Amino acid sequence: MMKIEAIIRPERLEQVKKALEESGFVAMTISDVLGRGEQKGIKLQYRGGVLDVDMLPKLKLEIFVRDEAVEQVMKIICDAGRTGKYGDGRIFVIPVAMSGKVRTGEVEK
Amino acid sequence: MWRSPGGAPRLRCLTNFGQLTIEASYIRVIKLTIDSGATAWVLVSTAMVMLMTPGVGLFYGGLVRSKTVVSMIGLSFLALALASVQWVLFGYSLSFGTDIGGFVGGLDFLGLRGVGMDAAPLAGSIPHVLYMAFQLVFAAVTLAILTSAVAERVKISSFVVFGLLWTTLVYDPLAHWVWGGGWAASLGALDFAGGTVVHISSGFSALALALVIGKRIGFGSYVLEPHNIPMAMIGAGLLWFGWFGFNGGSALAADGLAANAFVVTNISAAAGALAWMAASWLKGKPSALGMVSGGIAGLVAITPAAGYVDSLSAIAIGGVAGVLCYRALLFRVGRELDESLDAWAVHGVGGLWGAIATGIFATAAVNQYTGLLYGNVDQFIAQVIAAGASVIYAFGMTYILAKLVDAFMGLRVSEDEEYVGLDVAQLGEKAYA
Repeated sequence: MMKIEAIIRPERLEQVKKALEESGFVAMTISDVLGRGEQKGIKLQYRGGVLDVDMLPKLKLEIFVRDEAVEQVMKIICDAGRTGKYGDGRIFVIPVAMSGKVRTGEVEK
Repeated sequence: MWRSPGGAPRLRCLTNFGQLTIEASYIRVIKLTIDSGATAWVLVSTAMVMLMTPGVGLFYGGLVRSKTVVSMIGLSFLALALASVQWVLFGYSLSFGTDIGGFVGGLDFLGLRGVGMDAAPLAGSIPHVLYMAFQLVFAAVTLAILTSAVAERVKISSFVVFGLLWTTLVYDPLAHWVWGGGWAASLGALDFAGGTVVHISSGFSALALALVIGKRIGFGSYVLEPHNIPMAMIGAGLLWFGWFGFNGGSALAADGLAANAFVVTNISAAAGALAWMAASWLKGKPSALGMVSGGIAGLVAITPAAGYVDSLSAIAIGGVAGVLCYRALLFRVGRELDESLDAWAVHGVGGLWGAIATGIFATAAVNQYTGLLYGNVDQFIAQVIAAGASVIYAFGMTYILAKLVDAFMGLRVSEDEEYVGLDVAQLGEKAYA
C-alpha cells in the first residue's frame, strides 16, 4: 500500500476530486497548507518596491492506494490539477507499512 | 404637498400657456422655522444611514474569500470618504443647486456656500446644513453598493478615480432629477427615499461595471465561496437597522409619515426575508444568507414607496421583491455574469420593482398620492418612465466611464495580484494572521 501526497492548487480541487471519483478513488484527506516551490512564490511590484509573497496557499491531498494503482492516480491528479503555470504543485508517493479500520479493527498490509 | 427629500413643495396650475409650476416655498416663506423634533430625528437618521456604509462593507466582506475581505470592507469606507469630500466641494450643488434644464443643479452651493444653519426652502423645517449631511450619507452608501461589481479584482487607485467620476456624473444628476427639482420631479414621479436614485442607479451601474471589468479568475470553473457568513449577517443587520433612518428620516419630519415609513420598512424587509427563504427552500435548503439577502431585497423595494403605501401593501411589495431578486440572482448566475455580490439582482431589480410598485400601491390614506390599484394610471406611467430613464442613464453612463478609466489606468489588477489577493497585493494587509 502506498500513500499519495499531492500538493495542488486550491482552485483545482473540484476537478481533481471529480476525476478521482470517476475512476473509483473516493477516499481522501484534504488539508489547507501554505508553502512555496522552486519559484519562491510570487513577486509583486508594490509602490516602486518589490513585495514578496513567498508562502502561497495550497491544498494537500492524502490518498491511500494499492501499489498497482499508484501511477493511474498520479496521472489523474496531474491531468486534472494542471494549469500549465508555475505553482501547479507536486506529488509524493510514500510506502505505508500497515493500515487498519477503526470501526471493524480490520488490518490491511 | 410634495414630501420626498429635496423636492421642494410645489403648486401646479394649468394656464393658457401650458403648465406653470410654482415653488411653494416662495409662498410659505414665513413658515420656514426650525422644528426641534424634526431636526433631532434627521440628525439621528443621518448617523444611522452613515452606519449602512460599513454595513454594506461587512455584508460584502463576508461574501468574498478571506484573501480580499480587508479590501472589500475598505472599499466601502473609501466610498464614504470620497463621497463626503466630493459632496461638500461640489456634489451637493450639482444635485440640489438651481435647476439647469431639468438635468443637473447649478453651482450656487459650491463649497457649501450659502448652506447654513438656518432653515431653507429645500430643507423644510430642519437646518439646511443638516439636510445637506442627510443627503451626503445617501451618496456615500450608493457608491459603496457599487463595489459589488469589482469585488476581488479592482485596482484601488482606479476605483478612486472611477468613484469620483461616477458619483459626480451618475449619482448627482440622478439625485437632481428626482429630488433636486429636475425633470422626474416635474413629471410627478414618486421616490420617497431613493429607490431610483440609490438602488436602480447603483444596481444597474454595477451590471455595466461588471461587464467592463470582466469575471474574476476562476469564475465558473470553481466555487468562489463566501468565507464568513456570520460577517455578512452582521452587515445585513446594520443595513436593516440603518434603513429605519434611510426611509423614516426621508420624511424630513418627526411625524406620522415618518412613523409609517418606519413601520412599512420593517414589514417589507420581513416579507422579503421569508419569501427568499421559501424560494430557496423549494430548491433545497432554507439558506440563512438567502434569508438576509431577501430582507435587503425587501428593504430596497420599499424604499421609494415608504411614504406612500400602507402596511398590507408593504407585505406584498417585500414578498414579491424576495422572490423576484432571488430569480434575478439565479438568472445572473445562469448567464455566467460575474456581478459578484449581486448589487444588480438585489438593488437593481429590487429598486426597479419598488419604483413600479409605488405606482401600483400608493394610497391616499397614507399620503395624497394614489396608484394603479386605486385607478390612477398616470402615476403608474410616471413611475415607469422615471425608472426606465434611470436604468438607461445609469447603465449607459457607467459603461462609458468604466471603459474610459479602464483605457487610461486599467480597472483590474494583474493576474498575479488577483491570485495572491487584493489585501496583500494592494493594501499590504491581511485579515487573518
